[in-house]
Amino acid sequence: MSIPADLKYTQSHEWVRLEADGTVSVGITHHAQELLGDMVFVENPTVGRRLAAGQECAVVESVKAASDVYAPVAGEVVAVNEAVESAPERINQDAYAAWMFRLRPDNAADLNGLMDAAGYQAQVESEAH
Amino acid sequence: MLIFEHSRPGRRAHAQAPAGAPAADDLPAHLLRQDAPRLPEASELDVVRHYTGLSQKNFSIDTQFYPLGSCTMKYNPRACNSLALLPQFLARHPLAAADTGQGFLASMYELQEMLKEVTGMAAVSLAPMAGAQGEFAGVAMIRAYHEARGDTERSEIIVPDAAHGTNPATATMCGYAVREIPTDRQGNVDLEALKAVVGPRTAGLMLTNPSTLGVFEKAIVEIQRVVHEAGGLTYYDGANLNAILGRVRPGDMGFDVIHMNLHKTFSTPHGGGGPGAGPVGVSERLRPHLPIPYVVEDRGLHRLAEEADCPQSIGRMSAFGGNMGVLMRAYVYARMLGGEGLRRVADYAALNANYLAAELRRAGFELAYPERRASHEFIVTLKRLKDETGVSAMDFAKRLLDLGFHAPTTYFPLLVPECLLIEPTETESRATLDAFVAAMAQVKREAETDPGLVKSAPHGLPARRLDDVKAAREPDLVWKG
Repeated sequence: MSIPADLKYTQSHEWVRLEADGTVSVGITHHAQELLGDMVFVENPTVGRRLAAGQECAVVESVKAASDVYAPVAGEVVAVNEAVESAPERINQDAYAAWMFRLRPDNAADLNGLMDAAGYQAQVESEAH
Repeated sequence: MLIFEHSRPGRRAHAQAPAGAPAADDLPAHLLRQDAPRLPEASELDVVRHYTGLSQKNFSIDTQFYPLGSCTMKYNPRACNSLALLPQFLARHPLAAADTGQGFLASMYELQEMLKEVTGMAAVSLAPMAGAQGEFAGVAMIRAYHEARGDTERSEIIVPDAAHGTNPATATMCGYAVREIPTDRQGNVDLEALKAVVGPRTAGLMLTNPSTLGVFEKAIVEIQRVVHEAGGLTYYDGANLNAILGRVRPGDMGFDVIHMNLHKTFSTPHGGGGPGAGPVGVSERLRPHLPIPYVVEDRGLHRLAEEADCPQSIGRMSAFGGNMGVLMRAYVYARMLGGEGLRRVADYAALNANYLAAELRRAGFELAYPERRASHEFIVTLKRLKDETGVSAMDFAKRLLDLGFHAPTTYFPLLVPECLLIEPTETESRATLDAFVAAMAQVKREAETDPGLVKSAPHGLPARRLDDVKAAREPDLVWKG
């Protein structure tokens, strides 16, 4: 199970990385891509869109299913990863390198409300049983 | 190879050609095409061989066991087809006057009455042309009901996560926001979650029962009470009606609206994208909003109720009145079986599912909900096999094709990892079910001893593993020549 210790996680299987400039990168976890299978399509939010925490804002579609991706914290979309949109298989190849979009959080302290690696690991294990 | 690639200039297939081209001399000249259409030119024998060859590459209910969960791939009796193809039905124009089609209209009226009896609803319209359109009509009626009462603040439809995937799509298409609620570990609606989201914004709740988990919802009375007390209406997704025919009725449970997939439960051909039939049944308070046309009896004569009769109707679902050919097959099916026969459909659908589940469990398979009795379908999870051998549900399904069985539904519902959703239906014999168990056990042994064999399946079919990713990302649907 691949769950990097330096990232934050949501119950809905997004990973969140705090960048040096105070923005956060968001993607879906290795576990999520494993459940979904081969990715065929990624739809990102538009840059400039304001999101509430937990709001549906992106879609990942695999050969099995289409799934919503949720904003981990409230904030404004400042960038999207076009490389992942044009090659969704990057999520399967390395989920933690394939960030989907970056947010500037309204409140940096909101990140403290997310799970750490140990918490996410526990969630994944509880879902398996 | 496509039929176009068999084309050679000048070849004609006389058996397939129209008897004579209709005269087009009454059409305005500027609307007439100048060039001949680009149709394939092939001999009769080329056409016969081409399509016979294609049909032999297919899996179908006429050739193989087809336990495709959630789809109810039962055998369609030939009599339904032959009677629906009688020229008096087939050649009837949808705008023909009612007095020239009393037999046909009486058949449709009787079908409405039989569906009322089976579902316990107050009224039925046959107008929706497919399951999804039936759902759309159902939720449109919920909207029409609230609006007619000036109750316009209701903006949400509650959908449990074990519902058919079409339910949230339907609610969205009807302009509602979807509130999803979880199921508990036994596969029932989480009542606390329901109580937490229900309120003055609730327009209704859509319940698939039995759910996509293949279990009968246990707390229906309580769910009804919670939603109705909040002023919402309840919608019964009747796509899995096969499991309850003649045993329990959604109308008696208190539901306000139901759609039925006649192309599933009432045994008309399906699986190729249609045509379907998705009649809707309603409680008394939704009757004024039924989609038109539907058949009414008026002093011994039958006629269609249309706009003038039904000012509060949500309107038409199509130009005419539903897929009559499909409806006629369903009518013949229901008449052939009668009330007692329809009840036996549910009995044997449930018996076959539970027999198959028990036998697969005995063969070492893990059921997703082992404590629950299956309704008409059930879920096997291959999660442990995948962890131990690397063989996935997809690999497993492909290998079953080699052994002559259409694969069960894979990776649906999404709630269960590495799942197979298995629905044998009532039309299969015990011998067929036993043969399927043997094939499942064989693939399991192969996965444990020679996983490469399963992961590279199928080996004996016209096509090997298809590239799903390429098909989804670069669809090539048009022949360019």
